[in-house]
Amino acid sequence: MRLVEKRKVRLQARSVAACAGSLLFVLIACGPAEKTSTPPRGTPSTLAPAGASGGAAGADASGDDGQWTMPAKNYSSTRYSALDQINAQNVSQLKLAFSFNTGIPRGHEAAPLVVNNTMYIVTPFPNYVYALDLTQPGAPQKWAYKPRVEQAAQGVACCDVVNRGLAYDNGRIFLNTLDNHSIALDANTGQEIWNTKLGEINVGETITMAPLVVKGKVLVGNSGGEMGVRGKITALDAGSGKIVWQAYNTGPDKDVLIGASFKPYYASDKGKDLGVRTWPSDAWKVGGATVWGWLSYDPELNLVYYGTGNPGPWNPDQRPGDNKWSAGVFARDADTGEAKWFYQMSPHDLFDYDAINESVLIDMPVGGVKRKVLLRAERNGYVYVMDRATGQVLSATPFGFINSTKGIDLKSGRPIENTEKTPHVGIVARDICPSSSGTKDFQPTAFSPRTGLLYIPHNNLCMDYEGVEANYIAGTPYVGANVKMYAGPGGHRGQFTAWDPVAQKAVWTVNEIFPVWGGALVTGSNIVFYGTMDGWFKALDARSGKELWKQKLGSGIISPPITYRGPDGKQYLAIFDGVGGWAGAIVVGDMDPRDSTGALGFANAMKDLPKYTTKGGTLYVFTLP
Amino acid sequence: MRVRRAALLASCLLVSALLYGCAMAEASQRKLRVCADPNNMPFSNSRQEGFENRIASLIARDMSAKVEYTWFAQRRGFIRNTLNTSVCDLVMGVPASFDLTLVSEPYYRSSYVFVTRHDRRLAIKSFDDPSLRSLRIGVQLVGDDGANTPPVHALDKRGIRGNLKGYMVYGDYLDANPGAAIVQAVAKGEVDVAVVWGPIAGYFARGQPVKLDVVPVSPQVDLPFMPFVFDIALGVRRQDKIFRDELDTILRRERPAISAILNEYGIPRVGTSTRPTA
Repeated sequence: MRLVEKRKVRLQARSVAACAGSLLFVLIACGPAEKTSTPPRGTPSTLAPAGASGGAAGADASGDDGQWTMPAKNYSSTRYSALDQINAQNVSQLKLAFSFNTGIPRGHEAAPLVVNNTMYIVTPFPNYVYALDLTQPGAPQKWAYKPRVEQAAQGVACCDVVNRGLAYDNGRIFLNTLDNHSIALDANTGQEIWNTKLGEINVGETITMAPLVVKGKVLVGNSGGEMGVRGKITALDAGSGKIVWQAYNTGPDKDVLIGASFKPYYASDKGKDLGVRTWPSDAWKVGGATVWGWLSYDPELNLVYYGTGNPGPWNPDQRPGDNKWSAGVFARDADTGEAKWFYQMSPHDLFDYDAINESVLIDMPVGGVKRKVLLRAERNGYVYVMDRATGQVLSATPFGFINSTKGIDLKSGRPIENTEKTPHVGIVARDICPSSSGTKDFQPTAFSPRTGLLYIPHNNLCMDYEGVEANYIAGTPYVGANVKMYAGPGGHRGQFTAWDPVAQKAVWTVNEIFPVWGGALVTGSNIVFYGTMDGWFKALDARSGKELWKQKLGSGIISPPITYRGPDGKQYLAIFDGVGGWAGAIVVGDMDPRDSTGALGFANAMKDLPKYTTKGGTLYVFTLP
Repeated sequence: MRVRRAALLASCLLVSALLYGCAMAEASQRKLRVCADPNNMPFSNSRQEGFENRIASLIARDMSAKVEYTWFAQRRGFIRNTLNTSVCDLVMGVPASFDLTLVSEPYYRSSYVFVTRHDRRLAIKSFDDPSLRSLRIGVQLVGDDGANTPPVHALDKRGIRGNLKGYMVYGDYLDANPGAAIVQAVAKGEVDVAVVWGPIAGYFARGQPVKLDVVPVSPQVDLPFMPFVFDIALGVRRQDKIFRDELDTILRRERPAISAILNEYGIPRVGTSTRPTA
């Protein structure tokens, strides 16, 4: 028996060696192509450069509305396009122009870009980039770029393996990968120009956010607050990929780039090394406060705005103090990264209220005086109107049902706590509103300078926080809160609200069965577009909220729509389906609806989602006949 | 040239036949498909050096099966991406009250332990030891949105906060032993005492250059309900009841051998860990 075995082995070894050459060939032939690119067709390059759009005055100053060169349309993050060919009269005639399936059945949160008659899209992990030629019928692929993203990155990402988009600047496409690479590609050919590694999945870091390019610098933040990561933002030279500046969101002032020019408005943000002193011992080293959301830029003030994630990984009891600089918004000098001001939405965050939502920069009257403001529909349930030069909160008004706090004290800038709703391990706290997902999560708003309204896609969810639950990570048992989310007052889990920031009130609201986890787009013809998790792409009258058109797509929608002018002069609308993300984890993760605490309690609120939608990942582009 | 090509073709065919033959032979042998972390000593690693690897082999031998691994870091989504995608059928260690899987009878019970340097003679046995107020204490962090290991809650309840230092249980996954840092910190004097899950403490304490004391914490449960002692069981898919029952039988039969493996790895155990057998 043994003898026979031995001979077999020897034979096998010899023949394997003989076959090696041809085998290798087969493997190469069958392996995934790392990159395929075709030389650029003669695309016109005379269109306005990206980055010129957007401005201090908000959407009014946006440049070329035929294109969409950055995730939020412009630096002011208005997601407003002046295009008006598609209007209330003809919107019902919209028909499919072309579609493109990524073949990746995970949450698609990224909006496409359109530059120089080319559409650029990025998929969830493994973060493929495709360039589609809009000058040809059916928009064929111009090139595809397939980075080699580490498989293990999937195990580190907290809430689905999403990517929130690309950025374009000066002939280059900028991409962030889940395994912490920031990459510059030639927009015409898809050739990699530089590739800089910014973090380490082995300590829990990932990148999911879309970069923003400001004055030749690519701004990139990290994700992974749950994993004991230290939040940071990095500015890379767009030309070379070299790090120009890097600012941490916890730790000593020198790491946070806090110096003489740091002038926060409120007293509780003033003092030396608060990024250390507002934490127990050295908890700031693993303190979270990551940057996984959206960035805005004001060219006049030369300030970049971004929010910071929740503090981690200790439970709130164990991190007494404000836990600076988590759950707040930073204004930094775009050239040097120096902090100019900071405001904390949720000091000593109790509820996982990351403050990563987008800052919409507009000029509007406050008390009869025109102010440069920053509008934020925040996770904690308030629309903040802030002076974006100083960080002063001018007003903070609930846009959904809130009981976790009792208002924002404008003198101190701090939320007024509701102690009845404070979670502690071993203590049951019921009906906390909003839930950890917030009244609004990452799903971006749109602002129309024509209607003066902020269009907010959001959630209506509450949660119970109770008991203890034995769990297990890396061979170590622990006990966690048993979080269950469910619909808030009214029973609908989502809402789409048109908000008047001047009057500080909702003008109209549409209820949706599921959280509106995509994003909004508003156009010059006063139409607002958004998608729902049950797969409807909708067009509403921006002034009245009246539904003008809707189209059912293949899968649930968790990404924002965009609009552009095609080479034929027609206006187009583009949107991805592909349910997933934190809210859609129950579908993409094939989770058991009986696990009420799955996806950190979100699965409980989404038990019926699998009945409404299945996995997807298709780009749909619509236009008029 | 033609001859050589023919020979090559023949040998390739032979290889294919052999591989096919192996596959056939394998198909006839039962497989015990285990979902495990490739870098998580003392539990498991890809070189199969962990005690869970050893117990898996033991179970496989008992059922005349061959162990096959699906490697995946044991973090959030581990069950979802391994057991629940049916690429593997068995998780070697889950708490007996774990509700993401169906569980076997527990096969050991361990406790969180105090780890101190023997030469310091700190003799800490209880969370109520007053010296904990001033000592530097290392604790494990899991980072699952505010969920902490039980010792963190126990210390917090006693007002002990500012003198804690956290060590992520994931550690740096590039390290050979990502979970060892907290035990090394005691040996190096970075902290005076660490409160660590028993298997990690027991195993890594033995490899340190100085002698470390490993003492189960008391009380075993803080009220209203915060246990520091956990029964550990095998986990299978919720619907695999027959498989679970088979594993229960094997666990009972192999109890002495399992116990010997746990001893070999220095796994601290407390109390009884299984129901009395009929």
